[in-house]
Amino acid sequence: MKLPDLTELALRNLRESLLRNSLTTIGISVGVASLVAMLSLGIGLQQLASRRLMKSGLFDTVVVTSRRDLRNFGRDREEERNGPAPGESRILDEPTRIEIEHLPDVVEAYPDIRFITELRYNDKPHLTAVAALPPSAKTNDAFEGVQGHFFSSDTAPEAILQKTFAEELLGKTPKPGLDETNVAELAAPLLGKELTMRYAQREAAQNAPSPLRRDDSPSPGDGDLASAAYSVVSREQKLKIVGVADLDPESMRGPTRARVFLPLKLAENLHAMQPTDLREISRSASDQPVYSSVSVRVKSPARIRATEDAIKKMGFNTFSILDATRSLQQFFAVLDLFLGIFGSLALAVASIGIVNTLVMAILERRREIGIMKAIGASDGDVKKLFFAEAGAMGILGGFVGVALGWAIGQVINLGTNVYLKRQSLPPEHFWSVPWWLVGAAILFAFIVSLAAGLYPAGRAARLDPVQALRYE
Amino acid sequence: MGGADKSPQNGSAAIHAEQLCRHYRMGATLIRAVDGVTLTVRAGEFVALLGSSGSGKSSVLNLIAGLDRPTSGSVVVQERDLAQLSREELARYRLHTVGMVFQSFNLIASMTLAENVELPLRFAEIERGKRDSLACEALGRVGLLGRMNHRPSELSGGEQQRAALARALINRPQLLLADEPTGNLDSRTGTEIMNMVREFNQQLGMTVVMVTHERALAERYAERLIFLADGKLVGDESNSIAADAEAGHSSADGARL
Repeated sequence: MKLPDLTELALRNLRESLLRNSLTTIGISVGVASLVAMLSLGIGLQQLASRRLMKSGLFDTVVVTSRRDLRNFGRDREEERNGPAPGESRILDEPTRIEIEHLPDVVEAYPDIRFITELRYNDKPHLTAVAALPPSAKTNDAFEGVQGHFFSSDTAPEAILQKTFAEELLGKTPKPGLDETNVAELAAPLLGKELTMRYAQREAAQNAPSPLRRDDSPSPGDGDLASAAYSVVSREQKLKIVGVADLDPESMRGPTRARVFLPLKLAENLHAMQPTDLREISRSASDQPVYSSVSVRVKSPARIRATEDAIKKMGFNTFSILDATRSLQQFFAVLDLFLGIFGSLALAVASIGIVNTLVMAILERRREIGIMKAIGASDGDVKKLFFAEAGAMGILGGFVGVALGWAIGQVINLGTNVYLKRQSLPPEHFWSVPWWLVGAAILFAFIVSLAAGLYPAGRAARLDPVQALRYE
Repeated sequence: MGGADKSPQNGSAAIHAEQLCRHYRMGATLIRAVDGVTLTVRAGEFVALLGSSGSGKSSVLNLIAGLDRPTSGSVVVQERDLAQLSREELARYRLHTVGMVFQSFNLIASMTLAENVELPLRFAEIERGKRDSLACEALGRVGLLGRMNHRPSELSGGEQQRAALARALINRPQLLLADEPTGNLDSRTGTEIMNMVREFNQQLGMTVVMVTHERALAERYAERLIFLADGKLVGDESNSIAADAEAGHSSADGARL
């Protein structure tokens, strides 16, 4: 029998026992709906997590550190052992930074400047970590929610505050529990106000002798002595508050866990004393600054790996968020698997419903099968007919189930967002039904139904026509 | 065993059964439904298989129809030994070579007459347009064109059996096998059906094998009567009454059983 004929006959037969076949189809629908619901929850959560990570702005960033930097313990230990010994490894200085910037796929490489210092606001001192931001951070999602505006130029004496620091300046204590800070409210009294930053400036020793002169080399050679020495001068810098950012200081932004941000060039020109200065000084051959770490922005997250490899070959350690998200992806793969298995259970139960319905149909239509065989239907024709009925129920159930699953998702999304709104949290999209899932769910329902039809169809095909015709 | 052959159409052997046996077990007892039947039916013959219930006449018909397989012996229809055919080949044989009508009509209740009649054509994978015209032609031949969109339950027994005849004809088989075709009908509609069967036999040249327990009916229509008892062939005689009726077969309508 040809496919159109099969389909026509199958649909006719399904209509004949409408109630029973509808119930079976609803069973499949519920199975598919639960599968779709489970998987779309998994996918939705994964997307939510990915979006959150993307917002951190570090998805396309590789952090480069010198192998001498002892803070880089733990990771890639073996690699370190195989690589150059820390003592021989290269220094992360300005020429190196430029070299990295010229690597393919690299958009920019900027030093991470970070120091802890004192800021005065209304003559009250506040101690905090200060970090420099490159101009590119303006387009970074992390600064999406900034109140006020970004730095007017890369050298402007301006500052962007992290919201908890803004709270501190205003003398507010963050409420425990839910984070309900209204950034706009915080920013209003602070924008345009002035901060005074007191910091320690590093100066080459021979140019500016100072009372704080230090010599850090354990056994300096004569030639090294001059460059190995520097003085520290206390300085002040006035800063205008131009923005307050809604950044989470505890988020993935590890390298810049600071609460006050300055323009990069301004920060560079300050020559502020950094924690690593003492260690690097012995090897610094020139006035060129030496960086504890350099952030490298790559064209796309897909190029991270290649760039990391290239930089490692240069003799540096690298770290990217992608390394961290890899385990996250693994977690979601396992989560999806388990959600999928639970979702499939309902479909498995529904498939037993198909078997039951078709076995009942065979008993009921025994005579009909006998007639069809008597007038020339082959075993294959009968088998295909039952297969077609099972398949039709599967596809029908698949479509209804996907619609049902989608509707369940919408309702839960809506409900969750109503709840989030009550908690004054921004709405989120937990539920995602991608098109491939729609197609795959229907296909899966179809295949499961055909598998369920296997036994009944075989049984119908083997029916002895003489006995079947005798059956009343 | 077979008696003298007095078939008017001197065709070749359409059906030849040789030591045909069909035994089956029912619990501990072995039932010999067909037990060593040897018979030959010539092409174009109208043969009645007579016997009381349980004589094995329907079992012989099922073996000829390819619905059942012999336990031993052979049944050769148009030079094909049905015992040697695969299930698939047997299905094709039933589709193209045999048309069957039954006592209980055996139309599919969920289908209209037209759909019932064209069902064998679906199995033969004939396209829709041709199917429709063939179904109309067959229904027209049995006078049911106006009822083609009715379901079997909306029709009288006689009409249902006529539809079953149309279905048996649709693939233009050489063999028409009828199992008590008038058993569920009153005598008037039974006569109507039997006249149609005879028409097919004479006009289309179909070989007819009819199972019945009514000797009178067999004598009115069949050229040859084969008697079965306990699975064995017990008699085979040509029938001159039918031959007479044929001569002026328009008078058969008025005849009473």
